[in-house]
Amino acid sequence: MWSYAFKRAATTAVTLLAASIIIFAFIHIVPGDPIYVLLGDTATPDQIDALRHQLGLDQPIILQYLTWAGHVLEGDLGRSIFFQAPVLSVIADGAETSTLLATMTMIWVAVIGVPIGMIAAVRHGTWLDQGLSGGAMLMASIPTFWVGLYLILIFAAWLGWFPSSGYPSIFEGGVVNLRYLVLPSLALAAPNAALILRLTRASMLDVSREDYVRTARAKGIRPWQVVRRHIWRNALLSVVSAFGFTFAALLSEAVVTETVFALPGIGRLVVQSILRRDYPVIQGVILVIVVVYLLINLIVDLSYRLLDPRVELQ
Amino acid sequence: MSSNSVTLWLKPFVARPIALAGLGVLLATVLAAVFAPWLSPYDPYAIDPLIRLTPPNVTHWFGTDQFGRDTLSRTIHSARMALLIGSGVVVFALATGVPAGVLSALFPRLGHLLMRIVDVLMAFPTLLLALGLIVILSPSVATVILAIGIGYMTTTTRIVYGLTLRLRAETYVEASRSMGAGAAWLISRHILPNLVSPLLVQASFVFAFAQLGAASLDFLGLGAPPDIPSWGNMLAESRTFITRAPWLLFFPGMMIVATAFSLNLVGDALRDRLDPRFRQVFGEKG
Repeated sequence: MWSYAFKRAATTAVTLLAASIIIFAFIHIVPGDPIYVLLGDTATPDQIDALRHQLGLDQPIILQYLTWAGHVLEGDLGRSIFFQAPVLSVIADGAETSTLLATMTMIWVAVIGVPIGMIAAVRHGTWLDQGLSGGAMLMASIPTFWVGLYLILIFAAWLGWFPSSGYPSIFEGGVVNLRYLVLPSLALAAPNAALILRLTRASMLDVSREDYVRTARAKGIRPWQVVRRHIWRNALLSVVSAFGFTFAALLSEAVVTETVFALPGIGRLVVQSILRRDYPVIQGVILVIVVVYLLINLIVDLSYRLLDPRVELQ
Repeated sequence: MSSNSVTLWLKPFVARPIALAGLGVLLATVLAAVFAPWLSPYDPYAIDPLIRLTPPNVTHWFGTDQFGRDTLSRTIHSARMALLIGSGVVVFALATGVPAGVLSALFPRLGHLLMRIVDVLMAFPTLLLALGLIVILSPSVATVILAIGIGYMTTTTRIVYGLTLRLRAETYVEASRSMGAGAAWLISRHILPNLVSPLLVQASFVFAFAQLGAASLDFLGLGAPPDIPSWGNMLAESRTFITRAPWLLFFPGMMIVATAFSLNLVGDALRDRLDPRFRQVFGEKG
């Protein structure tokens, strides 16, 4: 296990290193002089000279990368042109919204996707299964922003049950502010619940073809006991790991949803920074999301192997 | 294509009426795109302030938008952008992913390098990769195709790599190799012909996701230029008027859902008639 964990962590580190080179190169590929890209058009000559010296832009590109990477490791992701503040603190401001949105979305995904997927698997081949699986495919074919706009129209504009946009922090207005996240999390959950539904169904069907399930049935164990103790327990593992991957992907998927509902999260920050040409923020957010994405994937992969002794450790 | 092979392709659809319906929707969309100028009752760009935001009625079946433009005509014309971007993404993903995947499987040393590059690109979530490219390149339809396509280039490469590895292990490929067949012979006679069916499955799914991806980019204002009618652009514009003119939200959205759902249904039906060993490569087990 440990040698596998070490190898897997090393692979992640190498991938991250390569990804960081791409992210570093981003500022240099963007049209225009990196100095103006980093400081914006309003920079004074003094600022330009200071930053040119600080980044060592007259030095070889490899040294520039190492300088940048060194700053990043110290938590210095540069300064936002628009906010005139460190990029890291700008990103941290959006972290609360994004984390809560992702968590709430995952709760919906679990509550909707898993039980319905189980029902479809248990009723495999019936019209109910076909209806549920087909419904899941339909849900995966609907753009999240369209679902979001309809939720706003029905539950905010017409019924007035939930607020239509924005999110004031729960640290200022209390837990009741979570109601701002109900509609966005539902919109974001729709395609992901569909995905988990199909995965739950597929992995349960997969397990139900195993020999030990046939043995259990042959022994005369009640059908629902077979499902609960033999099939579900074993299918759970791949469902749980899919949860990890889905959560990791949510951070970037939320870009659209946060824009629809005007949520002050990291996703909306990316879009606004693109429109404002605030390149240091775009670079910083991409870096943060890629790091989180890779780390969650690593953790999920390792825990999967830790929890299931049957998985070969190569 | 002989009539025999046509029936072979239609077989999975006859058994599944809903997939056949999906095929019908796609055909209708293609026809709408091709004959848009003749099918549209009005000029999709014609502005008429006197009839702005009128609900669906006899003269304007889908109503009009905030400039008094006919929503039906704009919805029909948008099919062109949908097909252009969808097929562009599919062509890009296949044109890059197939050679990369096949060569990686046949030449392990090259494969090792290419697969590592794919791993690195896959560390970037698809939408994030698209947004990054849009910042670097100037906004245009080609940029949208490239930005969405690059995310599916990596998945296509992985799938083709997996499929080719399986094919390479087949006895007849082994036999052909032992008789001295070169890489070009293997690829053209054994690998590519066997990749056609699985690639058709992959193409349907990529096309479906490209529809949703392009719509998202349009909605964010980072996709097709706003003056071009596209379902995503129409939805983005309708956003301000959703309470006053909900019909503006309905029709373009339904078209996105209809095409994406149809493509998924078709892909699913085609996948089910694939060789079970190939099906595993698509993540769906036997």
